[in-house]
Amino acid sequence: MLAKRIIPCLDVKNGRNVRGVKFSADRDAGDPVELARRYDEEGADELVFYDITASAEKRDIVSGLVRQVSEQVFIPFTVGGGVRTFDDICTIIEGGAEKASINSAAVRSPELITRGAARFGAQAIVGSIDAVRRGDPAGNPVWEVMIDGGRTPTGRDALAWAMELVDRGAGELVLNSIDADGTREGYDVELNRAVAEQVDVPIVASGGSGGPEHMYQVLQEGKASAALAASIFHYRHYSIPQVKSYLASRGVCVRPRVRVDL
Amino acid sequence: MIVIVDCGMGNLRSVQKGFERVGHAAAITDRPEDVDRADRVVLPGVGAFGDAMVNLKTAGLVEPLIHSISSGRPFLGICVGLQLLFTESSEMGRHRGFGVLPGSVRRFPHGVRVPQIGWNQIRIHKQTPLLAGIPDDAFFYFVHSYYVDAEVETDRVATTDYALDYTSIAGRGATYGIQFHPEKSQDLGLRILKNFAERVC
Repeated sequence: MLAKRIIPCLDVKNGRNVRGVKFSADRDAGDPVELARRYDEEGADELVFYDITASAEKRDIVSGLVRQVSEQVFIPFTVGGGVRTFDDICTIIEGGAEKASINSAAVRSPELITRGAARFGAQAIVGSIDAVRRGDPAGNPVWEVMIDGGRTPTGRDALAWAMELVDRGAGELVLNSIDADGTREGYDVELNRAVAEQVDVPIVASGGSGGPEHMYQVLQEGKASAALAASIFHYRHYSIPQVKSYLASRGVCVRPRVRVDL
Repeated sequence: MIVIVDCGMGNLRSVQKGFERVGHAAAITDRPEDVDRADRVVLPGVGAFGDAMVNLKTAGLVEPLIHSISSGRPFLGICVGLQLLFTESSEMGRHRGFGVLPGSVRRFPHGVRVPQIGWNQIRIHKQTPLLAGIPDDAFFYFVHSYYVDAEVETDRVATTDYALDYTSIAGRGATYGIQFHPEKSQDLGLRILKNFAERVC
């Protein structure tokens, strides 16, 4: 059966990891390709790179990163972070990444999603949503879409936006809870479940993981197909095999790491 | 010489890098004469079946590919490349494929998330050189909304469970198609590329 996916997420600036501890004397914690290889060895199901470089050389840096990763790591990976134009999408996909993740630019220019999906297929276009939890007058949870790194409110409902992204051609959605992000107290399970029950594409949960139990919650009750995590892996609180072992012990289908003679 | 055919869609360099990683050079081409001269042909493809057929026809590649397959030279279709082997697809209208293997390509039914994205298992129905060293129930990376319904049972090398049991590896003689991406399926995927380069004949 289809396994749930565990996906480390790397923030990269000017071609270097922003977060992470040195894991041994001879390996460079700042090198995203090196970290990608390590996660691949540990059994990561995919990788996500968010490029937070803000410079004119950004496109070259991204395409360099994409090329190096695609040459050394034989698992799928997604690139996002400041994807603004159709050309940005082309740089990412034609360079060798499986998916391009689009956030603020999709809100400002939703035709980017349509155009990207038409050219590369829905499976190559990920709609990424940063959401803040609000209440409605009756106290029901509603979520507002934020853009520009979670700083700018849009006044738009996250569930409605999720549905629109899928209608426009996004083959997958990443839901990042602004409230939960960085807290290590768990994902926003309700957000994931609410969206998962509205759309038929896979949902990737993001923001808030403190450990395997949180991943279990969002994959089970939250109905997410995959869970992203950054700090718990980069700072080595948990390893991917530990997370998968826990999930397997609770009956979740996960992919074991298999070594084969090549 | 292994030739990777460019149908204008798909991650060709990753496939090329995958072959290199297991010790085999592969050349990327969209020229019919290169297909004619190739010892082994690989056809990767991502995206819509209809678009792939249009691109291949425009490049004059359909006849050389069918000829290579009919002459018994090893062929490996990946993702859309598997689907193109069959009679027809219902993706975005009705489109005819190569018709080398009888069967059709259909969209996953309601009730499951589409596309299927992620690692799923193969159940092996018949042993073939392509699967040397690959255990039953091995996981591979799938990303697709349409699946193959192979009519002839002996063409179904392996099936996968997602909404239904569908053909994830089709094969007849030296002609193979795989729905998943071996170049993105880590060691087991690379082993399949190695087997194709070394054992299929």
